[in-house]
Amino acid sequence: MNNHPFTHLDALESEAIHIMREVAAECANPVLLFSGGKDSIVLLRLAEKAFRPGRFPFSLMHIDTEHNFPEVIEFRDRRVKELGERLIVRSMEDSIKKGRVVLRSENQSRNSFQSVTLLDAIAEFRFDACIGGARRDEEKARAKERIFSFRDEFGQWDPKNQRPELWDLYNTRTHPGENIRVFPISNWTELDVWEYIARENLEVPEIYFAHTREVIRRAAGLLPVSHLVQPQAGEKIEQMTVRFRTVGDMSCTCPVESDAANVDAIIAETAMTRITERGATRMDDQTSDASMELRKKEGYF
Amino acid sequence: MSAIEKISFDQTGLLRFITAGSVDDGKSTLIGRLLHDSKSIFEDQLTSITNTTRKRGSEGVDLSLLTDGLQAEREQGITIDVAYRYFATPKRKFIIADTPGHEQYTRNMVTGASTANLAIILIDARKGVLTQSRRHAYLASLVGIPHLVVAINKMDLVDYSQSVFERICKDFAVFAENLNLHNITYIPMSALNGDMVVERGGRLDWYENSTLMDLLENVSIEDDINREDFRFPVQWVCRPQTKELHDFRGYMGRIESGSIRVGDNVTLLPSGLTSRIKEILRYEGPINQADAPQSITLTIEDHLDISRGDMLVKTGDIPQASKAFDAMLCWLSEQPLDPSRKYLIKHTTRTVKTVISRIDYRVDVNTLDHEIVSTLNMNDIAHVGLKVQLPIVCDDYARNRATGCFIIIDESSNNTVAAGMISPS
Repeated sequence: MNNHPFTHLDALESEAIHIMREVAAECANPVLLFSGGKDSIVLLRLAEKAFRPGRFPFSLMHIDTEHNFPEVIEFRDRRVKELGERLIVRSMEDSIKKGRVVLRSENQSRNSFQSVTLLDAIAEFRFDACIGGARRDEEKARAKERIFSFRDEFGQWDPKNQRPELWDLYNTRTHPGENIRVFPISNWTELDVWEYIARENLEVPEIYFAHTREVIRRAAGLLPVSHLVQPQAGEKIEQMTVRFRTVGDMSCTCPVESDAANVDAIIAETAMTRITERGATRMDDQTSDASMELRKKEGYF
Repeated sequence: MSAIEKISFDQTGLLRFITAGSVDDGKSTLIGRLLHDSKSIFEDQLTSITNTTRKRGSEGVDLSLLTDGLQAEREQGITIDVAYRYFATPKRKFIIADTPGHEQYTRNMVTGASTANLAIILIDARKGVLTQSRRHAYLASLVGIPHLVVAINKMDLVDYSQSVFERICKDFAVFAENLNLHNITYIPMSALNGDMVVERGGRLDWYENSTLMDLLENVSIEDDINREDFRFPVQWVCRPQTKELHDFRGYMGRIESGSIRVGDNVTLLPSGLTSRIKEILRYEGPINQADAPQSITLTIEDHLDISRGDMLVKTGDIPQASKAFDAMLCWLSEQPLDPSRKYLIKHTTRTVKTVISRIDYRVDVNTLDHEIVSTLNMNDIAHVGLKVQLPIVCDDYARNRATGCFIIIDESSNNTVAAGMISPS
């Protein structure tokens, strides 16, 4: 007879599976947002645990900024194929062509405009619930958000007027046009995610691991050189050993210096790390103390 | 053949707790201290609060700023809602539901408390047991938080006096006796200086019991879940209908209490039909036994018509299925209760129509006096009678939190307007 302690990962996993099944059972037309990033990779494993041997009772969707790292897109498509599930891709390029998004310059960060494409896709497919991989430890506006986070017809989050969430009795009800964002891994930290990836032996895109890359140093951090980011006057390109802690828009997602070349090394580094995930890697979250809060009020994930 | 394994819950790796108290009691400082001394504060957060401390014209680092949240709150200098914080030690991971202590925020404390294993009630050593402390203790007992810590803070301002500490403990104990509160631990501390939070410090040598962190790391939460009565509300029925799995019917859900083994006799409620457990499935493969709070898939020997909202229990240990019951209700909505209206009740995985047919009395949370009222307003707590359209399968909340709790939803606004705990009729 083996004795296994019920670990914090077991507790978090069971909670997340319970949440996903509630969405499937109570929402008419849910979708799971899959970007190819580590948090949504964890969501897919949790969905397998929640619904196999059945199919997922929802499609997967990616809101593509077209500023994504090619390795991540390649990974995304491969993972979906392995699972045999359906992926919807809606691209910001469409929103730009339709005039729904107006950029000041081609290379501008597209993170904040994702909301427009997301809201358009929600309207197109009449999704009443979007399952996402956001976590409360990421940012202080997230820390106050419910697991089932209600959005009005304009996709807006009203932090002062949230539905009370008690026990694990989730209120999933919406009127037509409204929707709910559901965050099954709300209570996970960055370290929990990596420990779970290790435990479940999940594959993640290569850019999470240490590699040599051309970067430029800017005030807020390192930026990866790409067709979107080129050195300005006075800046020089350096070769560095780096990895990404988040994957997002190439024009504003900063890598960190690291030698962590496998999941165990990342766990060790994450346990020791002294800077929050978004603080280290997202220039758009550093612009003001309330950046995330403001974007969420406009419909951002 | 599946492996025989036993899961032990005595080392459960996740503890959820709430902190109740106002800013004046040093609540934010205590949370900041726990995060800081367990090295859970990141440099960018520290830089940010150091800057803010300076901007406000103070010196050093104001740890209370760590728990400041939204722009809306910073402008008003208040905490408006429940915020969740995370930290971990090598022994356990912790989730703090940080709830404001103002009078008008009963609903926030009830919300934060509903999932908590433990509550920390903060008392200012200079002020002793206040109305507010009594209110917090009452709410903790109402929601049935299994463990209570009374943190007597600001000991530095009373010269770390043992007699002050002991007097406050005695006052609190007298009050707690009427509240059916057990497992109370009293800890003297100075969150500001860090005494007895994570480190013992050198100024409270007369106190010989655990520091707060010691207690949080080691308190046994195994029995916080009812381990006796198997309760399995069906969440989702899995019918792949593929060639290989043509007749497969899996009943998916989470065990809310108790445990189940392959071969156990089960009863389906509310129908009362019986069968036996054929398989217990997880993604990783079949297992022989499962315990609360695992999420699993069950298959049974017979073809029964089972759908979401039904509950599987062990034959011989059957809860009540009733269309009328009593409960303690906490009204959460700005819109008062309309006793003539129908609402929705969500209880386990079943949602049905309900009317609140009686309000027996409202509890004054400060004095615990009972008052006769004709409606309920936000933050009111009352003993009520409810009638439901279809029977719900429930236990008394005191015996089983998961099958004794419910929420009330207003069908026109879709808001969650009340939270309830079923009490013996």
